[in-house]
Amino acid sequence: MTFTSPVLSYALLSPVLILLGGALIGVLVEAFVSKALRPVVQLTLSLGTLMLALMQVWRIRGEESLTPAMGSLVIDGPAVLIQGSILIIAIISIFLIADTEHFTPLPAALPGSAEEREAEQAGNQVTEVYPLTLFAVSGMMIFPIATDLIMLFVALEVLSLPLYLMAGLSRRRRLASQESALKYFLLGSFASAFFLFGAAYLYGFSGSITFSGIQAAVVGGTGNDVLLLIGMSFLSIGLLFKVGAVPFHSWTPDVYQGAPTPITAFMAAATKVAAFGAMLRIYYTVFANAEWSWIPVISAIAIISMVLGSLVAIAQRDVKRMLAYSSIAHAGFLLSGIIALNKSGLDATIFYLFAYGIATVGGFAVVTLVRDSSGEVTDLNRWKGLGKRSPFAASAFALFLLAFAGIPLTSGFIGKFSIFSAAYENGATAVVITGVLSSAIAAFFYIRVIVLMFFTDAVEDGTAVEVPSILTRATVVISAVITLVLGIYPAPVLDFITDLAIFIR
Amino acid sequence: MKWLSLLMLLPLAGAAIVSALPKGNDKAAKQAALGTTLVVMVATIAMAVGFQRDNVDLQYVESYAWIPSFGINFALGVDAIALVLILMSTILAPIVVLAGWNEAHGGRWSVKTFYILILVLETMMIGVFAATDLFLFYVIFEAMLIPVYFLIGGYGSGERSAAAVKFLLYSLFGGLLMLAAIIALYVMSGAQGGHTFDIDKLSQLQMSSTTQNLLFLGFFIAFAIKAPVWPFHTWLPDAANSATPGTSVLLLGVLDKVGTFGMIRYCLTLFPDASKTFTPLIMVLAVISILYGAFLAIGAKDIKRLIAYTSISHFGFITMGIFAMTSQAQSGAILYMFNHGFSTAALFLVAGWMISRRGSSTIADFGGLQRITPIMAWSFFIAGLSSLALPGLSSFVSEFLVLVGTFTRYPVHAIIATFGIVLAALYILIPVQKALHGPTTPGNESLKDLNLREKLAIAPVIAIIVALGFYPSPLLKVINPAATHVISQMGFTDPAPSNGGK
Repeated sequence: MTFTSPVLSYALLSPVLILLGGALIGVLVEAFVSKALRPVVQLTLSLGTLMLALMQVWRIRGEESLTPAMGSLVIDGPAVLIQGSILIIAIISIFLIADTEHFTPLPAALPGSAEEREAEQAGNQVTEVYPLTLFAVSGMMIFPIATDLIMLFVALEVLSLPLYLMAGLSRRRRLASQESALKYFLLGSFASAFFLFGAAYLYGFSGSITFSGIQAAVVGGTGNDVLLLIGMSFLSIGLLFKVGAVPFHSWTPDVYQGAPTPITAFMAAATKVAAFGAMLRIYYTVFANAEWSWIPVISAIAIISMVLGSLVAIAQRDVKRMLAYSSIAHAGFLLSGIIALNKSGLDATIFYLFAYGIATVGGFAVVTLVRDSSGEVTDLNRWKGLGKRSPFAASAFALFLLAFAGIPLTSGFIGKFSIFSAAYENGATAVVITGVLSSAIAAFFYIRVIVLMFFTDAVEDGTAVEVPSILTRATVVISAVITLVLGIYPAPVLDFITDLAIFIR
Repeated sequence: MKWLSLLMLLPLAGAAIVSALPKGNDKAAKQAALGTTLVVMVATIAMAVGFQRDNVDLQYVESYAWIPSFGINFALGVDAIALVLILMSTILAPIVVLAGWNEAHGGRWSVKTFYILILVLETMMIGVFAATDLFLFYVIFEAMLIPVYFLIGGYGSGERSAAAVKFLLYSLFGGLLMLAAIIALYVMSGAQGGHTFDIDKLSQLQMSSTTQNLLFLGFFIAFAIKAPVWPFHTWLPDAANSATPGTSVLLLGVLDKVGTFGMIRYCLTLFPDASKTFTPLIMVLAVISILYGAFLAIGAKDIKRLIAYTSISHFGFITMGIFAMTSQAQSGAILYMFNHGFSTAALFLVAGWMISRRGSSTIADFGGLQRITPIMAWSFFIAGLSSLALPGLSSFVSEFLVLVGTFTRYPVHAIIATFGIVLAALYILIPVQKALHGPTTPGNESLKDLNLREKLAIAPVIAIIVALGFYPSPLLKVINPAATHVISQMGFTDPAPSNGGK
């Protein structure tokens, strides 16, 4: 057996390589740097790594290659856009993660045990969360650029495993946090299994694991369509699980609620970008010619995600759960971009992902600020009168909610308009009308929160708004500015996306 | 000179000045807001003077690329209809600021915030009428809900937050239906020669009659909620009841006109055939609005609700005039929009002063005001007479034109609507009798009459009501060509007026 050494174009892969390198150095830092210095070193290292990777992404914009890694990966315009979005979201999420108040000092200790108290008194901090984040980001960076099923699966696992762990790190309500981590892990494993199962069928269908091979078989139409359908369905289940679309959404509310809020922010925003990035590539290239088979199914999933997410969110009394259901509805909105299956759908989905991701991080950043003596307060009833106590936090949160609701002059409106018009262009009238109507339902509960914050008198129960640390304040301000700018003058970003977003096959 | 963008920038600049003022200096905030709105008013009048009234094309046109990849422009321009409404809005703005000098106190937030919201709202009021790009129109149409929402919820009285939410949700729902229709238009324009939101180009789109009917409904329901036309009116009484008098003036006087303006500018122009299809239905809705609003007004116990109900009746007249498809009725409807702004302003402002003096808004609590506070009572009386369209006051001209114009094409509707005038006499004269005349109700003996500021605020409104009642022709000369243009674009000619008896 001969072994050919792989040919890698390091220049094009540098963002991913830098991240993996940074993550590995982070692990070493855990081992060799003194406890007191670790938080600072890790924060600097992670930020530096992410910034450097972002610079590399900027450098390779406009470059295209089908073979940066022996045909397993691809670099093209959409890849650069998705990677850039993930990195920007990761950077502003790291600011939140830096507030170690949210993390348990000793994840391995039983909740409420003596070890936990000791660790807390010793001032331990779980700085492991930084390298874990970097690993997750690397997985997310590979996910949308993978062009064979094995690589796709590896990326899926690389991005998921750290997230399973991080979901269980919450300092408060540790049992709920661990439960959510376990739930996420178990259901995630199921989804991965489905994914693999689907991959096997697709191999059976096409005799190839590469996207180009499968695509050729789809176009050629010589394969067994039953195998294709089974393979496609199971692969889709794996992907739809990651984006939290109905009926694969049941983990979302628990995990969003249980995970430490900075992790929720990062996961909610970045995972969605990565998973939709991969879905765009798969549905727009590999399965594009089999649209007759998947468009009806995905349309149905989009419709029930939008309706169910919006309706159930109304009943929520916990701000994190409410945002979780809202994210399910948004998964539905984003799926209409997949259904669009045209250039404007591609542009719109990428824009929407970025806009939504930024607003999500901003929204959760505000959630981290509302606390009482025992930690975050996520009960919406105790958010009453927040506008009086902290106009800064309340106005910012109101802005993000308006963006989620798709009110004009926020990024959400441009996103919704472009994604719905793209879907309508492809004849998905039912999806568009459901989308518009469920936006009206969704507006109801977003506005109810605004009413609570601004129009209701505060109750005196010790809920206070933490004076934001500089980093958290930066996250909120950056997200708010981006949300507004993308709403008022989105032309440069839209043009940038339109110019770049072309898949190469 | 870029008049329209200047008009839109001025209030924003004023808002920036107000927000830069030091905390707690309420007086300076009020003065800055009053100064700004006065400057805007003068600038609008200066612009209106240069308007060529026989030219039915858009004037003062400006266009800047905004989102080129969607074909969206920041495009402004006015025809006579838009001009008249912008004029009305910018004249009302300083009056509202002056009349409601103290109404921001007692709100949830600072006085400064109140005036920032008012000024931002003024920019949007100008923009919504001046926009000639459908996307821009929609953005402003929706975005202007936010300042109004905070004005009602933050500075109103009673169940203010519930009323604010009701207002917002109704409007959002209508707006989203319109968004669906706009998306469809946008996609069709893409298929027929390039994405655009230019109203002229959109009006030339080819579409099947089913599509046209559906899209028409998307727009019409949004506008009917805004206007409001029965049965989409239920948000209005609550909102008007809870808002401050000044906010109510802007809400009923200006924002609701966006609905009727939209019917002319968008429903009729973009979907002429569908408009004809739905005209019989809409005429019925309009007549119902006229009578229903009037009946509710007769039964109203609360003075603010009374005014809100009268407005439902008046919007019925306006809608009827728009869809009667004669140039007379169209002119009448447009003039009505202008006049309604001032008669409602007069009613709400005086009612607001009465309520703040008496501490109650129940009509039965007033009595004998004529003797105690003659100027206030007279102002209310004149405003009321204008609202019931007494000859010699401005509303008479417009109501008469609407009825005459409607009669030539829809005699039955016009005759039934005429009962609205009789009912109007009841709903105005009964409260006038209760509140102004008769024995002085205990507790009213020491009410103060209008002070100088209040007189200054109400004087121009009454002057306009009286002046346009006797001499409406300057305004009609501007409106008539535009109204005729709208009707001829629809492919209608006026029926010969003198064939009665056949």
